[in-house]
Amino acid sequence: MTPKMVTVTNFSRLYGPRGWAILGTCAVVAFVVIPIFNLAVPASSPFHVSAFWVTLIGKIMCFAIVALALDLVWGYAGILSLGHGLFFALGGYGMGMYLMRQIGRQGQYQSDLPDFMVFLDWKTFPWQWWNTDQFWWAILLATAIPGLLAFVFGYFAFRSRVKGVYFSIITQALTFAAMLLFFRNNTGFGGNNGFTDFKTILGFNITSPETRMSLFCITAFFLVATLLLGRWIVTSKFGRVLTAIRDAEPRVMFCGYNTVHYKLAIFTFSAVLCGIAGALYVPQVGIINPSEMSPANSIEIAIWVAVGGRGTLAGAILGAGLVNGAKSFFTVAFPEYWLFALGAIFIAVTLFMPRGVLGLLARR
Amino acid sequence: MAAFFLSFSAHALDRSAVEKLAFGDGDEKIEAIGALVAEGDPKAAELLKGFAEGELQTSGKQIFFVRGGKAVDVFSGKPVPLPAEREDVVANNRLRGAVASALGAFKLNSQDRNERLAAAQALSDAGAAMLPLIRKALEREADPEIRGLLDMTAAGMELKDGSKEARIAAIRKLAGSANPGTKTLLLEAASDPDEDIRREAQQSLRAVDGRLALGEWLGLAFAGVSLGSILLLAALGLAITYGLMGVINMAHGELIMIGAYATYVVQNLFRGSPVFDLYLVAAVPISFLAAALVGIALERSVIRWLYGRPLETLLATWGISLVLIQAVRTLFGAQNVQVENPAFMSGGIQVLSNVVLPWNRIVIIAFAVSILIATWMLLAKTRLGLYIRGVTQNRAMAECVGVPTSRVDTWAFGLGSGIAGLAGCALTQIGNVGPELGQGYIVDSFLVVVFGGVGQLAGTVYAALMLGFANKLLESWSGAVLAKIAVLVFIIFFIQRRPQGLFALRGRAVET
Repeated sequence: MTPKMVTVTNFSRLYGPRGWAILGTCAVVAFVVIPIFNLAVPASSPFHVSAFWVTLIGKIMCFAIVALALDLVWGYAGILSLGHGLFFALGGYGMGMYLMRQIGRQGQYQSDLPDFMVFLDWKTFPWQWWNTDQFWWAILLATAIPGLLAFVFGYFAFRSRVKGVYFSIITQALTFAAMLLFFRNNTGFGGNNGFTDFKTILGFNITSPETRMSLFCITAFFLVATLLLGRWIVTSKFGRVLTAIRDAEPRVMFCGYNTVHYKLAIFTFSAVLCGIAGALYVPQVGIINPSEMSPANSIEIAIWVAVGGRGTLAGAILGAGLVNGAKSFFTVAFPEYWLFALGAIFIAVTLFMPRGVLGLLARR
Repeated sequence: MAAFFLSFSAHALDRSAVEKLAFGDGDEKIEAIGALVAEGDPKAAELLKGFAEGELQTSGKQIFFVRGGKAVDVFSGKPVPLPAEREDVVANNRLRGAVASALGAFKLNSQDRNERLAAAQALSDAGAAMLPLIRKALEREADPEIRGLLDMTAAGMELKDGSKEARIAAIRKLAGSANPGTKTLLLEAASDPDEDIRREAQQSLRAVDGRLALGEWLGLAFAGVSLGSILLLAALGLAITYGLMGVINMAHGELIMIGAYATYVVQNLFRGSPVFDLYLVAAVPISFLAAALVGIALERSVIRWLYGRPLETLLATWGISLVLIQAVRTLFGAQNVQVENPAFMSGGIQVLSNVVLPWNRIVIIAFAVSILIATWMLLAKTRLGLYIRGVTQNRAMAECVGVPTSRVDTWAFGLGSGIAGLAGCALTQIGNVGPELGQGYIVDSFLVVVFGGVGQLAGTVYAALMLGFANKLLESWSGAVLAKIAVLVFIIFFIQRRPQGLFALRGRAVET
């Protein structure tokens, strides 16, 4: 019954000269070409990259970071977490709180409190909002809260050897519980509507092209950094042990490794990455609400990784791009067929492409 | 002229009351309504109705209805010339409320016992103006249930304004009530300046509290069993597909949804027929078959290629669920569809004054129990059940002795899916039917199966009931959402302590 994982050995070397060349090209496109074509080329020119595309690509890059994070735990350690959407949303809420405080008195009610609190007739900030007007604190929250949650949850789960599908189901239950919690007005995070209507970030107008482009470049930087860091992890001894845990956990234990530590470390790291991605996502799309935590979103992250190819890192980025690109296309062109397409992707990938797109390419 | 006709009419309206209604201020009007009601005259009912609908107008001393541009005298009922200068008799919301309860109160004179009972129930929160009417009705009323109700209502009204003796008598009477409304009345009286009244009120309050608490606990227990039966229905199919076969079927919720839509289709086929109420009976086998066929098709086309790869099964079946949701949206629209309760399932049994057990819940509990028994019989007593258990315990050995294992897989999956369809059929009677119906149950049903322990039905039953009770108990303390979160968190921790669930199968199977 042991699930057979097909390892793409070529890719565990990550990467040949061609891989580095592709990565370099993408980096140049992200850091040089797109900024020039967005900011320097006038809007009338056919070469102009519009704000729509900048936001879309920026958004997909955030998703790609999440996919990379999931690939680290699923592709390399064999832990399918359905809670990554939660970690992502928590990061988003951390950043969202700071952005809400930045609105200041520019809200509809001209109050120091965010509009939804005025609406609920609250007089002071609840304790969760302490110090959230400080940028560094918001960043700390956005990374530490998902990390801490993953650490505590993972500690109990891995210690009692909850694994495989059981782990998937209880992480899904956790996400579901958190979503219900955030839907409540009393939780203090804006209930159904979440946070929106942001004005400034660090004093810069959040909708200006320059701010957008800076956020875009920061996201691209974090994506490349995550990829390189991930590559470093999976090619290190630590990564080899993770792969071994995925393929034969009892044997690794009999060799004297405490697998709990390894799994916990990678799970927590992965959650922190999701938090960062969430914090980058919110200022770019301008809204965060509890539906980001819906269990469906977390499962979708898994399919991004599966489409690209598990255990390849680059595949996760590719998958996030392909699926989200298709989503953007379908929801505009044939909105009613998107779920059919997504469902078909799920089925086709698991039945016919267990190694994803990269696996197909590698077989050639 | 009006006085002339008055002398000829057998039932005459009380002139002073009508004038008070037409010309008096707010309080006088209320008083007048009470007086008119107490007469029990059908003409008074007509007058009040006209008043509430704004037909009543005055000109000088004359009082008349204006209907379609013609004036009709109030007392005589004869047409009169429409005066040029007239004024409306204005009814504000308070007056309209008084009239509405007064009109209801007229039914106290009805011949039909049920109508009188309904009127007595409606009166229980009416204003003190109805007191004379109630006293009058009490003189005639023979039915003990209606008498009791009216007695309580009258006592409540006397408590509000009456002499000290009358109030104390009223308080003692109220002690026999189990109506949540009397509790507020008594609480008010318990802070009365008069010490005697305070003492009496506190005594009565204790009696009422005791009776109410019993009802609350009974209601809670019933709600727990009811939720448990729904969880059981939703999880029973999963106990077979996941518990016995080990297939993580994320499309289980959508199979429930298909059962619900099958019921909806059957309902539409029966619409307009004289035996409409029987549609539900016909829907039971059809929803089973519809979901079972979809399940068998899924097993044959997708799931069988993924046996032994649970994570891939999870993703593929999630994909299937998306396709099914969108397919239903395309076929039936994204909006919820309307499924009516048959007449025999509406209403309920009144056990205590504050506990009503709705019929639809009772029927669903019975339905869940019968499905449970049928499933258990099927697994324990039939050849198919034997095969399923054999394949679960040792697939290779079962195959060696000639069990067609792959066909058994298909049948077992079809059975689990069919039971999900039955759950859907039951859910149409208590909730909305829409494309997302199943999504709400998938997390719950997995938790029930995992909590109960994989591989057997008994665990699922206990788990469903325990979770149902826990949910309702917490709900009464902390509200629905927090209760749900608490239960989820509890299960998450529970699974970490006992990953095998409440009732683990003991065996030599090594975890793989």
